[in-house]
Amino acid sequence: MEKILQMKGITKRFGNIVANDKIDFELNRGEIHGLLGENGAGKTTLMNILYGLYLPDEGEIYINGTKVDIKSPHDAIEFGISMVHQNFKLIQSHTVVENVALGLRDTRFFYPTRLIEKKIKNFSQKYNFKIDPNTPVWQLSAGEKQRVEIIKAFCRDAKIFILDEPTTMLTPNETRELFRLLRLLKEEGISIILITHKLDEVIEVCDRVTVLRGGKKVDTVEIGKVDKEELTRMMFGQDIVLKGRDRYMGNFGEDLALEVKDLTVLNDKGLVAVKGVSFDIHRGEILGIAGVSGNGQKELIEAITGLRKAIKGSIKILGEDVTNMGVKEILNRRVAHIPEERVRMGIVPSMSLEENAILKSYDKSPFSNGLMLDHGIISGYAKELISKYGISALDEKVPAGTLSGGNIQKLILARELSVSPILIIASHPTQGLDVRSTRQIHELLLRKKEEGCAILLVSEDLQELINLSDRIAVMFNGSIKGIMDIDRVNIEEIGALMVGV
Amino acid sequence: MTRRYSNSFLSILVIILGFLAVYLISGVRPDIILKSIVISAFGSVYGLSETLTKSIPLVLCGLGLSLSFKASIWNIGAEGQLLMGAVGATWVVLYLMPNAPRLILILAMFLMGAILGGIWALITAILKVKFNLNEIIVSLMMNYIAIEFVNYLVYGPWKSPYEWGFPYSTKFPLSAQLSRISDTRIHYPTLILAIILAISLYIVLNKTKLGYEIRVIGDNIEAARYAGLDIPKIVLVVLLLSGGLAGLAGVGEVAGIHHRLRVASGISPGYGYTAVIVAWLGRLNPLLIILVSFLFGGLLVGGDAIQVSLGLPGATINFVNGLILIFVLVQSVSKARISYVRKRKK
Repeated sequence: MEKILQMKGITKRFGNIVANDKIDFELNRGEIHGLLGENGAGKTTLMNILYGLYLPDEGEIYINGTKVDIKSPHDAIEFGISMVHQNFKLIQSHTVVENVALGLRDTRFFYPTRLIEKKIKNFSQKYNFKIDPNTPVWQLSAGEKQRVEIIKAFCRDAKIFILDEPTTMLTPNETRELFRLLRLLKEEGISIILITHKLDEVIEVCDRVTVLRGGKKVDTVEIGKVDKEELTRMMFGQDIVLKGRDRYMGNFGEDLALEVKDLTVLNDKGLVAVKGVSFDIHRGEILGIAGVSGNGQKELIEAITGLRKAIKGSIKILGEDVTNMGVKEILNRRVAHIPEERVRMGIVPSMSLEENAILKSYDKSPFSNGLMLDHGIISGYAKELISKYGISALDEKVPAGTLSGGNIQKLILARELSVSPILIIASHPTQGLDVRSTRQIHELLLRKKEEGCAILLVSEDLQELINLSDRIAVMFNGSIKGIMDIDRVNIEEIGALMVGV
Repeated sequence: MTRRYSNSFLSILVIILGFLAVYLISGVRPDIILKSIVISAFGSVYGLSETLTKSIPLVLCGLGLSLSFKASIWNIGAEGQLLMGAVGATWVVLYLMPNAPRLILILAMFLMGAILGGIWALITAILKVKFNLNEIIVSLMMNYIAIEFVNYLVYGPWKSPYEWGFPYSTKFPLSAQLSRISDTRIHYPTLILAIILAISLYIVLNKTKLGYEIRVIGDNIEAARYAGLDIPKIVLVVLLLSGGLAGLAGVGEVAGIHHRLRVASGISPGYGYTAVIVAWLGRLNPLLIILVSFLFGGLLVGGDAIQVSLGLPGATINFVNGLILIFVLVQSVSKARISYVRKRKK
């Protein structure tokens, strides 16, 4: 086998997080190579390095045996590397042919699209799929847009195609079409890297697969020589400790804090993101939701917290129907929300720590009399939170945006938990935090549970879920698969459900 | 950091090039232009009094705009809101209650001016909230409607029969003319009102519930949504107040200076646009805005003076104003970019 690409010892750090740790990666001519791993495993970083979007801190890249420096996507295209992004980078109001022409080198000044139009027609005949070069892109379906991206790569004479999660937006039929096309391209000697976290796809279409976990390479294996179980283990690791089991009590009585029934929610694009989900949480119970992000968790949480309308189903808090109530009405029912994107949503960065501490209660006594805010009381309250929750900050007047990630998260927790909540919705509460902050946040959540709070914990970190949860559900493709009591949890099973096996 | 410096450098370069262009076209040296502006605006009692007179509408419009900008609502419509305020005052004096006693008449003028200015801005707010239209474009277009509406009134139904065919409304009775400081044109009731409102606005922004909501929306609308703020309601209130403040400026101009409604360009030489610069240079701080308004009042007076003394076209000062606006915007945009990039990197 001829090696078209070798990446040797690639290391990339962001601050003190190592996104890629001495990764070796090889690609043969005419193969489809899967790049498998959880979100945050380092797949996208590695491919962004190959495509010139990031420069590696260490390591070397060889193309056809020659060492190369890829400093920008422009360089990458010169070396025959093309990337099909997850969110298509097409100009909506332009036609297919105009989009393909954009960024091509040898376009003529007059009638630049004629030649390309011919190329596109040849391409679609050769590979037998329909695409009209003169349709505006906004009229195309997701699958068709993707084909345009692939044609773009093809017209640039790319020899290496990188496809980033190509099937996320596709229907099953479109996925099948895509795989057929990829196999044909492979016959032509084109090499394809398929970034994915879906095991079935890897097994269906890839020749070899490289598994990454936590920024490190686990192994590269040939598809024929492994099974799903082995791949699952490689993805999620075996070092997860089932310590939650010892704590499990099982019986929570009849007191339901949250009941979700047959809930259906649309995402921003108007597609069904949550498909008739049902579950409930008792007081004093933590329900963990495992799953790779983008499987409907965000929309589920937004529906429960009032940020998004449900189109079907019901949500009850302490037996009261709160379906499609506003955010304020729901938080007034003592629902705390620790949002996924803590800086984008959880704080107002330019405002002071103390003003952020009252974000949810600024309009209530004793902070406000309905017209004025009482800054004396607010300061005192913020100082109290700072010492109680161990937030390190110069004082309560510093802008919240200047705090570190861990301290921002502690500030959010302090604010959310001090309203003595009945229900806590925590989304990725420790993502990106150091070990110490993570432990403090875990202790806080467990203490609240003991005080009788119901907690819905959404996380991608299986170890976290297992340490904290009483029950674990897996969310995949908008549905909840199998809710398991923690004493009967099986890591392989969760891993398999997470990747849709 | 280098980027920020290069931006400042670029802005200064643009201004120098601008003055150079003026020099090449008119043959008047930039230092002479600057000296002439400063002396005419700040070098005499008369100059200072005119500067102060022109700074009054700038303070009121600048305050209104700063309130909008603080909430990240890009209201560019102060000019139209000012003019509608002028219409409101004229309506009260000439048609609604011409025989009311002085105090009541003056209060009613300011009230109606604020209401009409506020409603004018509210139209923009409703279109933004209900139909998600861009407030920059709508508020800007509303200016043109207001300008033509005022012109229609003074050429048409409100044209005075006693002014030999000039496009003027009937002159206001003495009871509706604001008092001035001795023989200057400083209509001090409006000035005092502007200063009181600046202080009030400072308190509203920093000490009240509404101010808190405005700052949350302005800095992070996602957080506002997350905390359950009633965003549409706050946008409506902010634009109503913002337009109301500009409307007061219009009342001051017709009741304090002109004593009648006249064509739009006669009432305001673009105070509403200059106020955009004032609000930004004053860093949206109500108290700083008073100071910056005074400097820009001076620039307007100086602009008139260099027409007379140096024979430069009246547009020269608009040209300089435009350059300053570019300078300010480049600064604030680059700052916003830098903080955006920083956030992304996190």
